[in-house]
Amino acid sequence: MHEFNEPLITAWQLVAGADARLAGIVLLSLRVSLAATLIACVIGMPIGALLAVGRFPGRRTLIVLFNGLMGLPPVVVGLLVYLLLSRAGPLGQFGLLFSPEAMIIAQAILVTPIVAALTRQVVADSWSEYREQLRSLGASRGRAAATLLWDGRFSLSTAALAGFGRAIAEVGAVMIVGGNIDGVTRVMTTTIALETSKGDLPLALALGFILITVVLAINAVAYALRGWAERHWG
Amino acid sequence: MISRRLFCSALAACGLLAAAASHAQERFITVSSTTSTEQSGLFGHLLPIFEKASGIKVRVIALGTGQALDMARRGDADVVFVHDKAAEEKFVAEGFGVKRQEVMYNDFIVIGPKTDPAKAAGKDILEGLRRIEAAKAPFVSRGDKSGTHAAELRYWKAAGVDLDKAKGPWYRDTGSGMGPALNTAASMNAYILADRGTWLAFRNRGDLGIVVEGDTKLFNQYGVILVNPAKHPHVKQADGQKFIDWVVSADGQKAIAEYKIGGEQLFFPNARR
Repeated sequence: MHEFNEPLITAWQLVAGADARLAGIVLLSLRVSLAATLIACVIGMPIGALLAVGRFPGRRTLIVLFNGLMGLPPVVVGLLVYLLLSRAGPLGQFGLLFSPEAMIIAQAILVTPIVAALTRQVVADSWSEYREQLRSLGASRGRAAATLLWDGRFSLSTAALAGFGRAIAEVGAVMIVGGNIDGVTRVMTTTIALETSKGDLPLALALGFILITVVLAINAVAYALRGWAERHWG
Repeated sequence: MISRRLFCSALAACGLLAAAASHAQERFITVSSTTSTEQSGLFGHLLPIFEKASGIKVRVIALGTGQALDMARRGDADVVFVHDKAAEEKFVAEGFGVKRQEVMYNDFIVIGPKTDPAKAAGKDILEGLRRIEAAKAPFVSRGDKSGTHAAELRYWKAAGVDLDKAKGPWYRDTGSGMGPALNTAASMNAYILADRGTWLAFRNRGDLGIVVEGDTKLFNQYGVILVNPAKHPHVKQADGQKFIDWVVSADGQKAIAEYKIGGEQLFFPNARR
């Protein structure tokens, strides 16, 4: 058990000592992954709802596509975004490479299919339940999609959390498009990878414990908020 | 529907916050460099001194030398700071770099099990490699086109070992950076070629120790090159040149010499001024 004692102590010392660099890294992780999740929700949820209630050619193909893209390899997304944002790439003129913005873009691409696929499932379930009712009220499919999205908003928070979990945990994409620059694009996962490279396994594991704790805390807050919102607005 | 409007405006507010967060414009250059300079802690020592003197922040992307040069070829760096003379000269000859300047050196060492089953210990790198190959003792290769990988391949060739034929289960091509490769070597108790800086800073050593060191062939030169603004007009020429001028200046060279781990100097400045 000795392997786990030292990291636990180190983790506690880092947190108790209110290490400023660690705080910066944690905040950047949260900022990047929350922004990416938000973008993914704004894009992915309407797509998911339309896939659930819509009737158009290629719909089934799109459903399979989005389900499949839930397994997008982060390193491939990172590489694609890198080539897009590189100075020699089509969007190179904006100089976005190696910035938090580049990391947000990459993670948003990674998370959007997850949010869309999970949203489709939630909306499809309530669509089969309320279909006749909505039809009898004369709601168009677009209108029905919006209504069901709103109706399922509490269940959809799980889709958002799943997306957020994927974003904050991945290292492949942010490493490539962020470059792991100290103080600029260094986030929790890239720091852990770096400390592992240096052979400082106890510190790497300590940071891992902190990351897991942060993710748990976010989920606890989201759960509490959901309960509160359901009581007030539900 | 009030709550719905509230919900949507809260969402929009979050979006604006995320977009507007901390976008302070600071003066900086991007340097593509090697994992050895970053992971040995040299940059952590050197850059704050330069930043204080010049007011220019240096953003380091640490990659293998091959990848660092490729990144600069695409125009994603202002300066490259690497260690593979042949590849650097090619980079300049292709017109991607303005001029190569030598900065400092350290040396490569062969790391291996302290028990040295292949009897490779000594000063002669070529003899050491021949013995490792003859014993088919586990050997970990970076295999990532880094400066260290290029050096390793040169030594095998000079030792008269044809890797294509000799390769077997004993030769592990890991395709990873210096640190991860050392982690692999530590867990397999294998031999590996490493740069001394990364080794000195490396914590997870297991039963490994230095097996071969001190051969003049193990000399490892670092060079610095400004990316050619003629190829990539957005290159921060003035600030990049300032950084180069500083690392080869008396102040920069002194700062390099002062970096030590456990009393041992990691890099030896040798810029020609």
